[in-house]
Amino acid sequence: MEAAGGRVSNFGRFWLIAGYAFLYIPILTLIIYSFNDSKMVTLWGGFTFKWYGVLAEDKEVLDALALSLKLAFTTATSSVVLGMLGAFAMVRYQKFFGRTMFSAHLTAPLVVPEVITGLSLLLFFVMLQRAIGWPERGMFTIWAGHTSVGMAYAAVVIQSRLLEMDKSLEEAAQDLGCKPFQVFYLITLPMIGQALASAWLLTFTVSLDDVVATAFLSGPGSTTLPVLILSRAKLGLNPTINAIATITVAVVAVGVMAGSLWMYKQEKRRAAEQAAAYRDG
Amino acid sequence: MAANLATTAHKSFVRIDRLTKRFGDVAAVDNVSLDIEQGEIFALLGSSGCGKSTLLRMLAGFETPSEGNISLEGESVIGMPPHQRPMNMMFQSYALFPHLTVWENIAFGLKRDGMPRAQIAARVEEMLNMVQLKRYAKRKPHQLSGGQQQRVALARCLAKQPKLLLLDEPLGALDRKLREQTQFELVSIIKSVGVTCVLVTHDQEEAMTMADRIAVMSEGRFIQVGKPHEIYETPNSRFVADFIGKVNLFDGVLAIDEPDHCAIDTPEGRFYVAHGITGTIGMDVSVALRPEKIGLQTEAPTDTSSNAFRGTVVDSGYYGSFSVYRVELAGGRKIQVAITHAERHVELYRRGDALWVTCSAQSLVVLIS
Amino acid sequence: MSTATTLIDKMVDRWGRRLVIGTPYLYLILVFSIPFFVVLKLSVSTSNDGIRFEDLTTFNDWVFNLTASFQKYRFLLQDDLYLNTYGSSLKFATINTLICLFIGYPFAYFMARSPVSMRPVLLMLVSLPFWTSYLLRVYAWRGLLDDSGTVNSLLIWLGAIDEPIKMMHTAFSMTVGMVYTYLPFMILPLYANLVKMDGRLIEAANDLGAGPMRAFWLVTVPLSKNGIIAGSMLVFIPSVGEYVIPELLGGPETLMIGRVLWDEFFANNDWAMASAVAVTMVILILFPLALFNKYQTAAVGRGTA
Repeated sequence: MEAAGGRVSNFGRFWLIAGYAFLYIPILTLIIYSFNDSKMVTLWGGFTFKWYGVLAEDKEVLDALALSLKLAFTTATSSVVLGMLGAFAMVRYQKFFGRTMFSAHLTAPLVVPEVITGLSLLLFFVMLQRAIGWPERGMFTIWAGHTSVGMAYAAVVIQSRLLEMDKSLEEAAQDLGCKPFQVFYLITLPMIGQALASAWLLTFTVSLDDVVATAFLSGPGSTTLPVLILSRAKLGLNPTINAIATITVAVVAVGVMAGSLWMYKQEKRRAAEQAAAYRDG
Repeated sequence: MAANLATTAHKSFVRIDRLTKRFGDVAAVDNVSLDIEQGEIFALLGSSGCGKSTLLRMLAGFETPSEGNISLEGESVIGMPPHQRPMNMMFQSYALFPHLTVWENIAFGLKRDGMPRAQIAARVEEMLNMVQLKRYAKRKPHQLSGGQQQRVALARCLAKQPKLLLLDEPLGALDRKLREQTQFELVSIIKSVGVTCVLVTHDQEEAMTMADRIAVMSEGRFIQVGKPHEIYETPNSRFVADFIGKVNLFDGVLAIDEPDHCAIDTPEGRFYVAHGITGTIGMDVSVALRPEKIGLQTEAPTDTSSNAFRGTVVDSGYYGSFSVYRVELAGGRKIQVAITHAERHVELYRRGDALWVTCSAQSLVVLIS
Repeated sequence: MSTATTLIDKMVDRWGRRLVIGTPYLYLILVFSIPFFVVLKLSVSTSNDGIRFEDLTTFNDWVFNLTASFQKYRFLLQDDLYLNTYGSSLKFATINTLICLFIGYPFAYFMARSPVSMRPVLLMLVSLPFWTSYLLRVYAWRGLLDDSGTVNSLLIWLGAIDEPIKMMHTAFSMTVGMVYTYLPFMILPLYANLVKMDGRLIEAANDLGAGPMRAFWLVTVPLSKNGIIAGSMLVFIPSVGEYVIPELLGGPETLMIGRVLWDEFFANNDWAMASAVAVTMVILILFPLALFNKYQTAAVGRGTA
């Protein structure tokens, strides 16, 4: 019972176009000015690639990027595993001790301001270190913070997939002789595979993007790219930042569009095959 | 309560013994006992929420009974997880694995048993031939029509040669036209394999045409267990008479009770019934009369062995093979009468026609509960 | 079907369940609950240098002592700066939520009304900014709103103004940045909700004599309540504690509590004060948080996917 695919009035079309313009114009200007041959970021001084060259030789940026990618990779992986378990617990076990608390814990990191998560986790680690000499502020502490937020995102995505999955598929597998664990890896896992992949990508970008919690949790020598960008942005406009932005936008746009296109094609093929099956019944 | 506790001399194939399942305070299945013979197709019939699905799920092992026992060939299966039970279930949604092909779906259960590859291939082949889907082996479920999906689901269940086949609303997901055709195919396959089968349905026609025996369920209990014609022709209660097919019920009191006949006095007049009942004179009973067992005629009947009442046609509806008339009796009571069109239809009676309503003593059933 | 395998299965089953629930739960308690209690504890602890604390509990001569100091909280409540900051944070978060709702609701509504074939593209275009850096998108507004920025240059070139308008580091620039950042968070749950709505309900309302506007207000809006609440909370709660936007786009008049907390911690090195600020912020968002938790499963479910 989907909303009928109606026609949109002219006013509606205007609203949509204006909205998308609002969302995209800032990104576009960022990109345009990354090719600007002028120290004054906002004055056009001709076309150039020089900021990309500057960027390629900026060791600070490259180191920060490497750390960010490493963090994003580990965070995404651990978040998906923990988020999947959390989603399973919520969907499959309707009754257990502290379920309401668990649910609140699982969704709160989505919205709790990052200054709070960052501060509290840092103070916890500091107290822990004073007590037992571990952990040192650095990649591990950032990872722990990112994963707490990442697993919340992953859990939401996976939970919605689990909820729409036909429960009788798992029962059928059991009925046909699967032990509980076999049901999981033969049926459930392939069924939620796509959700796991999108959860992984989402948490990857969440981690890659995080700045506030990271700033609290990072130690000397563990500066991530967003933390570096923030410190430079605070000083004022800087064309190398525009260059970084352009590269990320390009990578993301290509990736997301290719992914969406692939999914759209799959969907279309499926629909066509389904229709064909009923025709020659 | 009329649970069938038929204690057959030979050991029964499936025995359900005083089975109860409670969810909180509610008993979804309430102290139910049943014996099912080998090779029988048995239907659990009832409206939604009557407990039929819970009973089926207890057989499959997805629900644990609160009390009672289920045994197969004399051995209890209580406590045995679903994956070890020698029973297979066809789900209402079919539950075909969408990421596997038809071939892989059918082979799924065989692989779990660790059957050698060559044997699996042979068995799957055999199953595909049986349901006539050989050329669809490489397709995924979404590339099949509803009827084909249903056959794959059946083949997947039967591949494991279960001792008991469980069908949950087997035709529920099909449209009306396909349903009738599939119904017969399904029965012929089940009968040719010779597997014992329990099916759950809310559709009385499905139950009547497919099953050897039916249990009518309501509120977790069996109201009547019997062969389809027994349930239709001699319902044991108002509930069953009303649930299966259409019926006119007349409330009255027992006036005469002899071994071979009885008479009931109702506001519409006295009904003579060609069977005796165990009851006392003056007790409240009902008389059930199926619409198709009533005759209409314009002249007063001469045959005095029949029950006859005066009436007036109020309404009529044309159904193609038959017509249904609503006739108001002298007391103001309206009844339904179905007249089959043996010949091409001409309108027999019109609204306002005064006529006689007749029914034989053999066509009536007296209901005590 | 020996009973031995059944017993093992049962144990696997029971331990599997414990593992599935226990692992994420334990992790969340470790990185979410316990740290919050540390903050709670530090906010009532006393310290000389701001970062080293005396024990709250002492155990001397078999006497158990609990010393808690509410000095930081007293300070918070007495100092106008903090009170103003809390008020200002709530004000900006509210304004942000309302503007997002005003822009986002019609936006999501028109998305849901557009042809089925268009919807995946429209949806992708809304979520695409999600995948690009939030920090960079906020930073982009500096280039746009600066005195010598794109907007001012454009207006001067058009002859509309002679002198650049002061937009950067004002309430205006910060609000624009907040709305820009949080708009997709409003649109996505609203869209997920509106797209599922049965179009026949509107037709029924029209058929019963309600004009398009009345049908919209009497049928569509009430039915999308879950989406409205989820979207609003998704915008409101993080806005209250926003740090990056006020830091990059805000000015002296745009007091925000997240920025105060950051400064207490990083600039003043006063951990106890930062903790007290954090605790009060949590109290401030506790009710919206509960509201969000209640409606998120109903509405957000597919929004973030």
